[in-house]
Amino acid sequence: MAAYSDDAIIRVRDLTVGFEDHLILDHLDLDVRRGEILGFVGASGAGKSVLTRTIIGLMPKRSGTIEVFGVNMNEADEDMRRAVERRWGVLFQHGALFSSLTVRQNIQFPVREFIHVSERLLDEIAVAKLAMVGLKPEVADLFPSELSGGMIKRVALARALALDPEIVFLDEPTSGLDPISAGEFDELVMTLQRTLGLTVFMVTHDLDSLKTACNRIAVLGDRKVLLVGTMNDMLASQHPWLQAYFHGKRARTVIA
Amino acid sequence: MREQLVNGNPTLEQMPLGAGISLRAAGEWTVHHAPDLERIVDRAEQLDNHAGIIIDVSHVSRLDTFGAWLIERMRRNLTKGGAEPHIAGLSANYASLVDEVKQVRPGVAEPKQPMTIVRAVEAVGRSVVEIGDTLVGLVNMAGSILYAMWRVLLNPRSFRLTSMIHHLEQVCWRAVPIVLLITFLIGCIIAQQGIFHFRKFGADVFVVDMLGVLVLRELGVLLVAIMVAGRSGSAYTAELGSMRMREEVDALRTMGFDPTEVLILPRIIALILAMPILAFLGAMAALYGGGLVAWGYGGVQPDAFLSRLREAISINHFTVGMVKAPFMALVIGVVACVEGAAVKGSAESLGQHTTASVVKSIFFVIVMDGLFAIFFAAINI
Repeated sequence: MAAYSDDAIIRVRDLTVGFEDHLILDHLDLDVRRGEILGFVGASGAGKSVLTRTIIGLMPKRSGTIEVFGVNMNEADEDMRRAVERRWGVLFQHGALFSSLTVRQNIQFPVREFIHVSERLLDEIAVAKLAMVGLKPEVADLFPSELSGGMIKRVALARALALDPEIVFLDEPTSGLDPISAGEFDELVMTLQRTLGLTVFMVTHDLDSLKTACNRIAVLGDRKVLLVGTMNDMLASQHPWLQAYFHGKRARTVIA
Repeated sequence: MREQLVNGNPTLEQMPLGAGISLRAAGEWTVHHAPDLERIVDRAEQLDNHAGIIIDVSHVSRLDTFGAWLIERMRRNLTKGGAEPHIAGLSANYASLVDEVKQVRPGVAEPKQPMTIVRAVEAVGRSVVEIGDTLVGLVNMAGSILYAMWRVLLNPRSFRLTSMIHHLEQVCWRAVPIVLLITFLIGCIIAQQGIFHFRKFGADVFVVDMLGVLVLRELGVLLVAIMVAGRSGSAYTAELGSMRMREEVDALRTMGFDPTEVLILPRIIALILAMPILAFLGAMAALYGGGLVAWGYGGVQPDAFLSRLREAISINHFTVGMVKAPFMALVIGVVACVEGAAVKGSAESLGQHTTASVVKSIFFVIVMDGLFAIFFAAINI
């Protein structure tokens, strides 16, 4: 087992990812600390989703190491990998709910696979998770095609949280939500972080979320992490893209 | 490695506390121990003590939503006659988690299943209505295609030629190898079986008659139609269905396009052009295969085969086969498009409709073949 750093729950070193002759991430380093909410920003197409998908093992990498919970994912065998995967939850950008299952079954799906508990508890847990993401129990018997965009996000978060994971990956969780719901979503993520000691890796463009919810912000650009730090570090940076991002017209009203 | 997995199975100790009971929870109340937790809590919920119960959670080392919910459930189930158990020793962090699960109101009744007899009758009724809906849907789609054709005739420039050519390549050109292969093999099998049985009567050479009539008149076109239904009809349904799921059809409509004209008409026309070509190629491949077997297995020389074929069949047999092809194409295309348009939001629905598309189009193709047989018999061809 690799050396376990004091507080890095995810450790990415020298990560290179590319398609054919097109390089997307070039020797990228990133640490995510235990218990923090890390906001991850970068221009559209810069490779934010690629990094997320590489960390959760959906995309092959060319070189580099990824350690999650101190487990080197290159060397981990199938069982080890499963054990790690059980301890994280992923919220995909478009929800990725199973369209042939009801909301209840979607949330119960991972629980049913891994833990043997009674139907009663499964039902209660589904309702509890729905309540946690701010949905009524009546939603439980609807199919994903009958939900609105915001509800899909919430149900997908409920499913990501079904097994009370230690890390959640959120891919643009507040995009497509109205500002009030987005604010509630941020509140929810912060509550979960506080109560469950959750570590959150959040790809987002929502400046409000970055400001209120995130402990640290990492910026992706030029195939590397340009800067990691607090909002104040971002504001102080002289990098032109960061200047444009955090001092642009849209940013001013939020941050000022 | 993972300290939180190693220590602390969850426990719940009962201790007397004055006249009441103190339930002291300890260890990890988390999802990893959910089955144990459920057993513990189920047992504790049987307690009956009116003097008051305190649930002491100060020794819980880890708590997540599973644990918090089970504690909350225990509190609710132990609440009797105004004596509500008190949860003591909650740290600030866990308190907000318990508050979170306090809002949970489970017990939404699943919709009641009616009795089995009622359900069976209901299923029959639904199937009958479904058959009616299918027929109406087919007529509806046929009408909408005819209307689109009429508009294209009035304004030929609006026809999507590029799209039609693209689909023609997909359903015709790319289908040629598999159609040739399968019909060739079927021709071989028919000839072999024919020779095997006709030999008993010393009538080997009549296998040519059988092969010629069967292949040109019935089997060639029917086989090709079934292959086209499986290969191209299903593809049409899946394409149109997933376009509907992703709101592409709605997007077209909002831009002022008629989906029938843009999506369906080029596909149907491509299929109508492709079927006669494939049916012809298929018939030729079957005759060729049959001829080879007749030569190799039955000893019928190629020139004898050809002259026998010339005597046995007339152009009528060929015409009867070819006339059916475009009509079968139309039926396959219309069924595929109706099913594609009926796809709802889920992946399951896409699968169901693709299956239905193939099954229904093969059924209609065979029914249509029968009707044609009656028709041609009536007019003595």
